[in-house]
Amino acid sequence: MVGAMEIYQLTPKINCKKCGLPTCMAFAVALLAKEKNIEDCTPLLEPKYEAKLKKLREVMAPLASASETGLIIHDEKCYGCGNCVVACPVNVANDPRGSAIGLGPKSDKVILMVEDGVVKCLNPKECRRFGPNRIMCNLCTSTCPSKAIEFV
Amino acid sequence: MAVCTGCSLLCDDIEVTLESGRIARTKNLCRKGLGRFRSLYSERASPRADGSEVDVGDAISRAAEILSGAKRPLLFGWSNSTLEAQQAGIALARKLGGVIDDTSSFCQGPLMELVIRGQMPTGTLDDVRNFGDTLIYWGSDPTSSHPRHMSRFSYFPRGEKLQKGFEEDRTAFAVDVRESPTAKIVADGYFQIPPGGDAEFIEAILSVLDGKMPKVQDKKRMISFVTTLKKAKMGFIFPGLGLVYSLKDRLDLFSQLVARLNEGVPFRVIPMVGHYNMRGFNQTLFEQTGGINQVSFADGEARRGQENGIISALDSCDAALVVGSDPVSSLPAAFARKLAKIPVVVMDPHRNLTADLARVVIPTALSGLEAGGAALRMDGVRVELAPVVEGASPSDAEVLARIREVV
Repeated sequence: MVGAMEIYQLTPKINCKKCGLPTCMAFAVALLAKEKNIEDCTPLLEPKYEAKLKKLREVMAPLASASETGLIIHDEKCYGCGNCVVACPVNVANDPRGSAIGLGPKSDKVILMVEDGVVKCLNPKECRRFGPNRIMCNLCTSTCPSKAIEFV
Repeated sequence: MAVCTGCSLLCDDIEVTLESGRIARTKNLCRKGLGRFRSLYSERASPRADGSEVDVGDAISRAAEILSGAKRPLLFGWSNSTLEAQQAGIALARKLGGVIDDTSSFCQGPLMELVIRGQMPTGTLDDVRNFGDTLIYWGSDPTSSHPRHMSRFSYFPRGEKLQKGFEEDRTAFAVDVRESPTAKIVADGYFQIPPGGDAEFIEAILSVLDGKMPKVQDKKRMISFVTTLKKAKMGFIFPGLGLVYSLKDRLDLFSQLVARLNEGVPFRVIPMVGHYNMRGFNQTLFEQTGGINQVSFADGEARRGQENGIISALDSCDAALVVGSDPVSSLPAAFARKLAKIPVVVMDPHRNLTADLARVVIPTALSGLEAGGAALRMDGVRVELAPVVEGASPSDAEVLARIREVV
């Protein structure tokens, strides 16, 4: 999955501040966190950066399906084992009689649940990774046996 | 809530949404279970006798004719049938004076026998969730074979005495010849052994328990592993086919290890049964005959012996009834060829290779989805199955009862 450094390499690297951020590196991080759009970098739209813009759009394309917390689910890789559903600390706290003890979720506040054999992200706003005070929790992705879910 | 019969975990928390009598959406089903549910609508068997399409009644009559005409009929399969069907099957074998055997004959049979006879300490999966703080997946890969094993019962869930689940309260190990997805999850707890190296690994654990140096693996790591086992409050071993096939006739070594571990702490064994009701068949046959598989009812008396296992019986049997199994794809070609030489009757919800060569095919309902009944989970807990949709075919138990009436 693409990282901030890779995105930075595709910015103009002139730190012009036109996007409202102090550096192009800060812009790359904001782009990855979906706080900024590619179009916010006006110099990048100039003809001399055409190749970089094209490449940047290419690397950013897979991120379009990511949730607000940056979670990407690769349906084709998912076993539907539910490890992430049971391991997620928010699921455990919100659903003590369901996913906390290994059963299917019984609360509508869970973040992850398995539908038709594939995991689905339901309430990304409940995730510890959501919002400005986020915690970089990765229990769902680290317990996945097939790397079917990942964070950008 | 529906019960999934995709594997021997018999998950009973499946939510199914029907649209016009068909399954439209499911919740909590793993991909393996979803495959089982979706198989309702693919490659269903149709009644056939001697190469032509017939109705179910004619197929049953022809099957009864073949079975009653045989001197030593083999009744094989059973692991994908309900307890009721298995009882009907045993009654039919008794009436025919035939041989009855199931897939455990070349699967977990030897280990399951020890468990059912009470010679191997065992427990339930609910005990694992509530109390199992030290787990060993040995020659098994639940992530691939029983996808919800780790999330529903063994490693990840919080239990009565293990409120912090896998994060702090549980320690898991995997012993395998390759780094399976399960081995990747347990990460540092993975021990790679060479194929056939299980006996040496057991001996190494026994050496450490005796205060000697292990001969295989990293010494420090083995000592730390055995120390963790000794400190367990309740340990569970989940042996798979990898262990059973590797030890072959040295299974007593494994029994010795379990007995030795049990001197200090309770250590239980739950074999990783594949088919959803293999344990049910073993238990039912054991209660009725004293043998878990490979039983012959010739001369009206139940006798158990290897000559009644499918591998040997294929040489002596002159007809076969295969129920819910596909031995032609699971057995080596040399044995499958023997099956092709005798008249075969297949009872199965789906078309398969054995059905393709069978003389008679009787389509049956998909148990747990189209037909109800009961089954035993891999740990011996009885789970009731209720039909989810309406099917056109009769259940295994109904067909077997009708055959029994005629023969």
